Amino acid sequence: MSDENLTFEDALDELESIVSRLESGDLTLEETLQLFERGQALAARCEETLRQAQLRLEALQPSSSGGYDRLPMDDNPGEE
Amino acid sequence: MIEQKRWTVGELTRYVRQIFETDYRLQDVEVEGEISDFRVPGSGHAYFTMKDADAQLRCVMWRSDLANQVYLPQHGDRVIARGRMSIYEASGQYQLYCQRIQPAGQGDLHAQFERLKAALQVEGLFDAERKRPLPPLPQVIGVATSPSTAALQDVLNVLRRRCPLARVLLSPTLVQGDQAPPQIVAALAALNGQPDVDVILLVRGGGSLEDLWCFNDEQVARAVADSRIPLIAGVGHEVDFTLADFAADLRAPTPSAAAELATPITSDELAGNVAALRLQLANRLRQTIEAHQRVLTDAQAGLRQTSPRGRIDNLRQRIDGQVGRVRQAARGGLALKRAALHGAQRTLEGVSPARTLARGYAIVQGADGRVLRNAAESTPGDRLNIQLSRGRLQATVTGQESDHE
Repeated sequence: MSDENLTFEDALDELESIVSRLESGDLTLEETLQLFERGQALAARCEETLRQAQLRLEALQPSSSGGYDRLPMDDNPGEE
Repeated sequence: MIEQKRWTVGELTRYVRQIFETDYRLQDVEVEGEISDFRVPGSGHAYFTMKDADAQLRCVMWRSDLANQVYLPQHGDRVIARGRMSIYEASGQYQLYCQRIQPAGQGDLHAQFERLKAALQVEGLFDAERKRPLPPLPQVIGVATSPSTAALQDVLNVLRRRCPLARVLLSPTLVQGDQAPPQIVAALAALNGQPDVDVILLVRGGGSLEDLWCFNDEQVARAVADSRIPLIAGVGHEVDFTLADFAADLRAPTPSAAAELATPITSDELAGNVAALRLQLANRLRQTIEAHQRVLTDAQAGLRQTSPRGRIDNLRQRIDGQVGRVRQAARGGLALKRAALHGAQRTLEGVSPARTLARGYAIVQGADGRVLRNAAESTPGDRLNIQLSRGRLQATVTGQESDHE
């Protein structure tokens, strides 16, 4: 499983499902250990993502092809 | 001459005012005319004149009534005004205190609003069943509004504080004036064309009812209701309700509130969730290990109970006991036998012929060595050997007598 492409939401979902699997019991010690390690990695990833989170702002702009392009915007135009 | 009452100006003016105010026909009048010199000074009250070919009428509209006006009159408009007549004593000016002004011949915008609202309601556009739940954790938040407005900044400030994980996709549109409705419709369509938008905020800051009027446009209301993506409307202030608000999945009182409603879970709460999950994870691992340890301990105890070692130890002890007894028995037996041996030796000694011989007995043997017990066993002339206690004799039988039995 490649964690590089894992979004925060996916990581959180997986973490939650791991915890509920652990809660349900019926696991061997080895399975429990494996899930625990995976859960730890996911939690660390979630925390890192939250720490680095910064609001991104883009604007839709009609493109020549008839669709829309997304243009990055400065979300802080010096009004504060 | 009867003395006439002499009024002060104030008394007279107050008296005339009372006449105005006690005439019920003057207390609710509707008058049609053309607006002239409409102005709203800093007080927020509107002052203007209505006129026709024959006369002019001074008019005032208090700020509180003006706030309810969807339509704002302009110089030259033909209007129907409704209100009551009275006198402003300070200037001696009688005037119409307007409560409502509507364009003449055009019908009341407010009435239009109510008609359209009723029609859309009957159509089911505002039905509760149409309202979709909002995503708890939107990743892409579409915002349809005018760029570089306070409303957009309010939204961004709230989102930056509550949910910096989110991406904001601005769909620019006018939010005021005649050109606004088609642009709003297009902006919503543009966001709906994006595959990854989770929720749309349609926002505009506060303004006059006229400023907000584009959000009462039928096409805008329909576009809001038809949005594929859940939509929150945050138009104007707390008190402003537009058709877009009614058609939206959720109505927020302000743009900031719309941003808050769009992000029910904040980053801080998420961090708390992650920390709690981490804790649960560790607890589960510890519990599982403890449970396995208990099972192991129980198994070990069980194993000890069913182990042959106990029986072996037990048997060993029994064997030891037996061996001891055997040893003891053996030791006892030996002593006994030793004593018996002594006895036997004594008996043996007692019955030994040597002792008998010593007592004077003799052993008589025939020539063939047989011990003679009967005189009949020998005949005269036989040679005999006589064993004495000490030494032997050779003898010859000279006579014989047998005992009769």
